[in-house]
Amino acid sequence: MSEHITFVVNGIPRELDVEPRRLLVQALREDLDLTGTHVGCDTSQCGACTVHVDGMAVKSCTMLAVQAEGSEVRTIEGLADGDTLHPLQAAFWEKHGLQCGFCTPGMIMTAADLLARNADPSDDEIRHAIDGNICRCTGYQNIVAAVREAARVIRSGGATVAAQG
Amino acid sequence: MAIDMLGSPVKRTEDPRFITGKGRYLDDIKLQNMAHMAILRSPYAHANIRSIDTSAAARMPGVIRVITGADIPYNPLPMAWPAGGSSGIQNNVNTPRALATDSVKWTGEGVAAVIAETPEQAVDALDAIVVDWAPLPAVVDAEKATQPGAPQLHENAPNNVVFVWNVGDKAGTDAAIDAAEVVVRQRIVNQRLIPNPMEVRGDIGWYNPGTEEYTVWMSSQTPHIQRLLLTAFVTGIPEHKVRCISPDVGGAFGTKIFCYADMALVMFASKAIGGRPVKWVESRRESYGSTIHGRDHITYLEIAGARDGQVTGLRVKTYANLGGRLSTIGPGIPTTLYGRVLAGPYKFPNVSCEVTGVYTNTTFVDAYRGAGRPEATYVVERAMDLFAAEIGMDPAEVRRRNFLAPDQFPYDNPSGLGTAVNGEKIFIDSGNYEPAMDKALATVGYADMAAKKAEAKARGKLLGVGLSTYIEVCGVAPSKWIGAVGEGWGAAMWESANIKVHLTGKIIATVGTQPQGQGHETTYAQVIAHELGVPMEDVIVQHSDTQGTPFGYGSYGSRTSSVGMTAAVKAAAKVREKARRYAAHMLEANVEDIEVDGASYRVKGSPDKVKTIQEIAFAIDLGFSLPPDMEPYLDETAYHDTTNCTWPFGTHVAVVEIDEESGKVDLVRYVAVDDVGKKINPMIVDGQLHGGIAQGVGQALWEGAIYGDDGQLQSGSLLDYALPRASWLPNLELDETVTPSPVNPLGVKGVGEAGAIASTAAVANAVVDALRPLGIRHLDMPYTAQTVWRAIQGSKGGQA
Repeated sequence: MSEHITFVVNGIPRELDVEPRRLLVQALREDLDLTGTHVGCDTSQCGACTVHVDGMAVKSCTMLAVQAEGSEVRTIEGLADGDTLHPLQAAFWEKHGLQCGFCTPGMIMTAADLLARNADPSDDEIRHAIDGNICRCTGYQNIVAAVREAARVIRSGGATVAAQG
Repeated sequence: MAIDMLGSPVKRTEDPRFITGKGRYLDDIKLQNMAHMAILRSPYAHANIRSIDTSAAARMPGVIRVITGADIPYNPLPMAWPAGGSSGIQNNVNTPRALATDSVKWTGEGVAAVIAETPEQAVDALDAIVVDWAPLPAVVDAEKATQPGAPQLHENAPNNVVFVWNVGDKAGTDAAIDAAEVVVRQRIVNQRLIPNPMEVRGDIGWYNPGTEEYTVWMSSQTPHIQRLLLTAFVTGIPEHKVRCISPDVGGAFGTKIFCYADMALVMFASKAIGGRPVKWVESRRESYGSTIHGRDHITYLEIAGARDGQVTGLRVKTYANLGGRLSTIGPGIPTTLYGRVLAGPYKFPNVSCEVTGVYTNTTFVDAYRGAGRPEATYVVERAMDLFAAEIGMDPAEVRRRNFLAPDQFPYDNPSGLGTAVNGEKIFIDSGNYEPAMDKALATVGYADMAAKKAEAKARGKLLGVGLSTYIEVCGVAPSKWIGAVGEGWGAAMWESANIKVHLTGKIIATVGTQPQGQGHETTYAQVIAHELGVPMEDVIVQHSDTQGTPFGYGSYGSRTSSVGMTAAVKAAAKVREKARRYAAHMLEANVEDIEVDGASYRVKGSPDKVKTIQEIAFAIDLGFSLPPDMEPYLDETAYHDTTNCTWPFGTHVAVVEIDEESGKVDLVRYVAVDDVGKKINPMIVDGQLHGGIAQGVGQALWEGAIYGDDGQLQSGSLLDYALPRASWLPNLELDETVTPSPVNPLGVKGVGEAGAIASTAAVANAVVDALRPLGIRHLDMPYTAQTVWRAIQGSKGGQA
């Protein structure tokens, strides 16, 4: 038994036949080979699977793939503009906002959602915004620094946040 | 002229793939015709298996094969680090099999495996396996497990004892305690932790029927060691028939050092189904029973001293919970890496320590970030604070009066650090503890703490400040010492590096260590580029594949920079020397007259007679015109066996505020002054400290594995086990002193574990300091609001 779904992923129309129980994260990883979106838990706690669905950050393990019918989905693979890194990607690199890199895609997608809503977040606002994303390597310090830096770059006209799906 | 990047905060070369979603972790690998495996795990903490019926599961959709332990001819997994080893202490050894056969010893031990076309089909079929269980009583507490009448896990291990290990001078310490002016005694618990790297573990096994060779992809810190252990000890398959590959590893913190049942299982499974690759990836909840836990000590400490602040003795008795069966180096962690460093940075005249390793019906316990040293630091740092409180002296002053002085090194401590047979010893080679403490105290404003406490009290907050003046032993380890005391791996601890300068002048370095997020591709390149005078971007660092990298023992114990990168320095020196000989040949000069300046090899006194390393490599690699005694190719390998460990130290200071009404603890400031020697990349060093501190703070404030008396893990998912979140942590304030390590040419000590070793004790001491006015002198971690609230209520004589 499978369901047919049509949605747009990173700007490309896609069609899939999926089991009704298939999670969005599995459809992205297994069916579309978008393995940049990671699975770090099984209780929707870690946020490693965060993507954007219709412009909002969503833990893609909390959605069935069929619920994405007709949606626009953006994953980490769709964040950069060709070879030009998104300011958040550049800032995570610049500020050492990652170590093992496993939480990084979800962390960046969550931060992109924040910056789309709040162009100049305080450190406290950044920390609260990423509370649903667990990083075990960095103690979050350089992630906060990276998000702050990306916000500064974006405000100064370095780029616009592509938080739309 | 290449810009020298050694010591610079260079951006990491591995990051572009991680920030764009192009990292390649174990579960990202898809092989053609790959099947998927799921493992049925015991729901009981302790049970005998009467029978297993797999017939219904075998008929489920997509199922290719169902396997039980009876199908697998492999040996049990090895245990490679006995307590005491050759020094005569007996270790009881019960280790896991690929799948349990007769009985299970903890919830989560694997008993059957399904191989199916999809992961979902494999998991679905697990429900159709019928196991006839005979449940048995369980015991989860290490101290209780040793007492008469406790459930027995293994017939051959009376009272569930794995070993009883002693270190230090028992008689001398007993006498010192008997004679002491002041003795403080305390039972303290270092609770069990679940390490939780964000990437869980997994493996892919592939048996190639054509060559009869196996390839095993594994999320591992130690692919070379796993090949050795899986072949020589578990499967009997010849070592040269197995290749192990670690792809990008999403954090490890010790958990991925070990030889796990699933590694052998995917090898067996792939062959059993005719050579299709078989993938297994644990779920997070599954990992709590299939991947090691850390810590879990119950300790009785006694510290003796005089009212002038001098400590005279430390006596410690510890029950170390090792779980239901032994993990790869489980017994080594609470013995060598714990008892031998209990004295910390202090000149205790007498120390004695007895450790009882114990089986319980819990997940096996092994090295988790710091591995023994956080437990030791917690004991001695709590002891110093308990002693200071007892004599009414400032804890910083007590520490100051007992620090080893800078002129006391090399120092052989009384907790048996230097005890060795055949005269082989390690010793603390360097240190200067007071400046680090002074810097930390100045930064945090220690002198003003009384006023800050009063100000907080007015707001309904109890403010506390806590110190942890730690040392750690890193850069493990001289092979001769490991071999001599018989307390190490059943192998050596050297490292390796190969450097090839290719025809085009580009350099590939292959190394035996294995990164898990530390940025080795960057830091090795910084070192090698510095040594050879080439641009960093001309050096690629390869690792993690037993095919194509020289044998190495992997990355743990903060050893990669001090041991592995020293091997790289030595390989680079060999490259330079060969290049120098060839430069003499090209420039028609004597070798002694060739000066090396970065990438330039020139004749002394003739600045225009010069060749670059790239020109030299091109000529050597072509081999058209070689001196008679020279082989073609600029390709050198070096192995480095260190002469000593390294000895980072520092002072961490935590400031907490406790809400008197709710018991909620806020970590409001954290200052860390660490001396990790010279830094190859200060940005990466700071990142390691941040992460280590966060994990140690996590233990003090939130984390803890909780088992019911029936052996069920009640903190069995990330909903129930609290990992630190961003908003729970303050901005960490880092500073440094720099005392280069004398043991390696880079002067580095290692930094992967320092934060986790120091921080738990600092936060614990701060919380107890805040509660001390209420008459509370000790409280066991984690300091959740409920725990602290109960303690506050208890101190007031209220209902707790």
